[in-house]
Amino acid sequence: MTPGNTTMTRDTILKVEHLSMRFGGLMAINDLSLEAKRGEITALIGPNGAGKTTVFNCITGFYKPTMGMITLTQKDGDQFLLERLSDFEITKKAKVARTFQNIRLFSGLTVLENLLVAQHNKLMKASGYTIMGLLGLGSYKREADGAIELARQWLEKADLIDRADDPAGDLPYGAQRRLEIARAMCTGPELLCLDEPAAGLNPKESLALNTLLNSIRDETGTSILLIEHDMSVVMEISDHVVVLEYGQKISDGTPDHVKNDPKVIAAYLGVDDDELEEVMHEELDGGSH
Amino acid sequence: MPNTNSSANETAPGVMAQAVREGLFAGVLAFGMFLLYVGIETYQNIDNALVWRTRWGLLAIFVLVAAVGRFLIVGFVKPRLDRRKLSKAKAGIPEVSDDKGFFHKNFLKLSMLALVLYPPIVVSLYGVQGSLKFVDNFGIQILIYVMLAWGLNVVVGLAGLLDLGYVAFYAVGAYSYALLSDTFGLSFWLLLPLAGILAAFWGIILGFPVLRLRGDYLAIVTLAFGEIIRLVLMNWSDVTGGTAGISGIAKASIFGIWSFDVGADNNFAKVFGLPMSSAYYKIFLFYVILALCLITAYVTIKLRSMPIGRAWEALREDEIACRSLGIDTVKTKLTAFAIGAMFGGFAGSFFAARQGFVSPESFVFLESAVILAIVVLGGMGSLTGIAIAAVVMIGGTELLREMEFLKHVFGPDFTPELYRMLLFGLAMVAVMLFKPRGFVGSREPTAFLKERKAVSGSFTKEGHG
Ligand SMILES: Nc1ncnc2c1ncn2[C@@H]1O[C@H](COP(=O)(O)OP(=O)(O)OP(=O)(O)O)[C@@H](O)[C@H]1O
Ligand SMILES: [Mg+2]
Repeated sequence: MTPGNTTMTRDTILKVEHLSMRFGGLMAINDLSLEAKRGEITALIGPNGAGKTTVFNCITGFYKPTMGMITLTQKDGDQFLLERLSDFEITKKAKVARTFQNIRLFSGLTVLENLLVAQHNKLMKASGYTIMGLLGLGSYKREADGAIELARQWLEKADLIDRADDPAGDLPYGAQRRLEIARAMCTGPELLCLDEPAAGLNPKESLALNTLLNSIRDETGTSILLIEHDMSVVMEISDHVVVLEYGQKISDGTPDHVKNDPKVIAAYLGVDDDELEEVMHEELDGGSH
Repeated sequence: MPNTNSSANETAPGVMAQAVREGLFAGVLAFGMFLLYVGIETYQNIDNALVWRTRWGLLAIFVLVAAVGRFLIVGFVKPRLDRRKLSKAKAGIPEVSDDKGFFHKNFLKLSMLALVLYPPIVVSLYGVQGSLKFVDNFGIQILIYVMLAWGLNVVVGLAGLLDLGYVAFYAVGAYSYALLSDTFGLSFWLLLPLAGILAAFWGIILGFPVLRLRGDYLAIVTLAFGEIIRLVLMNWSDVTGGTAGISGIAKASIFGIWSFDVGADNNFAKVFGLPMSSAYYKIFLFYVILALCLITAYVTIKLRSMPIGRAWEALREDEIACRSLGIDTVKTKLTAFAIGAMFGGFAGSFFAARQGFVSPESFVFLESAVILAIVVLGGMGSLTGIAIAAVVMIGGTELLREMEFLKHVFGPDFTPELYRMLLFGLAMVAVMLFKPRGFVGSREPTAFLKERKAVSGSFTKEGHG
């Protein structure tokens, strides 16, 4: 889609194989396999309760999958089996960051502090695990300034620079969503997982989000895995779409391919394919305007 | 202003009627509540039989205080507060900036100066022997609690982990000093850091099994831990002396140069040709605990602006978000526990050196509760607020001891210090009513881009585990 893409290496960053997740009697995910390519935006869509968030929770270590293998390959070729790492190690070592469907900010900390907490591991090391920093030795001071500088850059990208010193809980909803993304980016991820970032945004905010996500992909080369209900966002920015229903993959391909897949249309609208294909088209067109 | 006055005058009759009504109601309520507790007293007569007598006078005082107090609050205090709020709202002053003027920068400097000058001033006013009470009971006693509360603040106020057994670390520090100085004759200055390290070590030992728990469960297990330590101290008589405790603990010396032992050649008073008095030791201890408090404050303030301190606060706000940012929450909690425990250990070894005697009785659950109450009343996370709360609560209870005149009001059997808990309860209720986030409810951000704005207490969380 973007001109840069052709020159970018197109290898796989995330490979999910035969993933299953069972909650008691419920198979929330059933033998799911999917791939996300480096430097692309991969969208994961599906009706409510399809298991999208559960996939995210398995990838980011918040759930231990019942079965399956999740492989993450970093730029320099290092590979991690994510199902074997615990949640914080996945961010720290494998460099996967995420946001949450119901926003989880540190509401009593300021916007800037939220972004500094995200750089914890880097700063911890620089402060000699606190001891050197307490004594004023080592490179902590420089690193701390660098962390604030990085935070400032992301605040500017997310259009939050004016609110930097306000408590995060005081921001309007759309700004909180952007802050959560900026915070995840401050961990320096190679893969960014966003759980419904456009939920509850007005059209203007939704447009700003598209710009932010595009700039993250194009400027930092971070790959994005995106759960989204808002079709205008999905069709506009994603390079690749995976559709889930009842924990199983029902379609996989380019946005255009998926859009026209009768199975997808049936899943979304729950009625006969042919009858509602046009309706689906109308809806998609309407959404992008 | 004229229009606010006239509006107040218009509503005045209605307000007065309401005040009288509420005052009467409060009186009736107080009568009902206190009739049995205060109005009737049981006592043993010469034959050891339990008999009862009435105390109508005292009951009347209680009822009157309730009735008149309620009347005054509804009739006068409340309208005035409302009016002030209104005029402020009109002037467009946001309420958040309210207490900013009071806790001004100079406040810290002035209070520091006052603390440093406190012993000389008291000595010059009351003489060396007369200063004892003020330096020891008010000065040292309050500062010990300030230090304990600041230590607990790291765990509860910053990291949001509810620890009801904090006094255990205080006990570990005290017994570490008592036992090690008794057995090996090591000096206070060596054992002080050692006691802190031992307490921190126990903090980590407690932390490991406990930190998987959250909220109420964490509180209960830490409470149990505090009791276990106390029971071990009580029952391991061979080592700890059981309920009798350990007495004759060595005093601290001025870095080994001057001692405070009466018999020693380098006794402080002897060397300087001063009259013998225990007051010099207490004045010395005052400065020691003041220095310890300052170290605690310095370290806490420093840590808050470092990644570990920010991680503590982030943990209090949202643990899951912390993990999603790659923060090892178990390690982070353990460091909070260890650092908090370390300060408790310092305070404990100081306590032992001051008392010259330790027994399990000093480390009951009530102590943990009092320290926690100070943290909550002061405002979780705020060092200034906590210091003020300690002064009010501990100073207040010490003041009660001084209130001999109350005996003339309530009769010769009245022991004011028994009403300590009543004071605590009243203060708790009052603060929670008027300042639900404690004296200082807002939090100072640790970093800023343009300007440092205090974060209102309504955004911060108390933590959940
Ligand atoms: N911790 C859990 N315990 C039990 N069941 C769960 C748990 N988490 C998810 N589920 C179930 O798994 C199924 C998939 O849920 P999931 O949250 O992944 O859906 P989703 O695709 O994200 O839906 P939505 O679009 O509403 O966010 C649901 O039926 C849900 O009830
Ligand atoms: Mg979901």
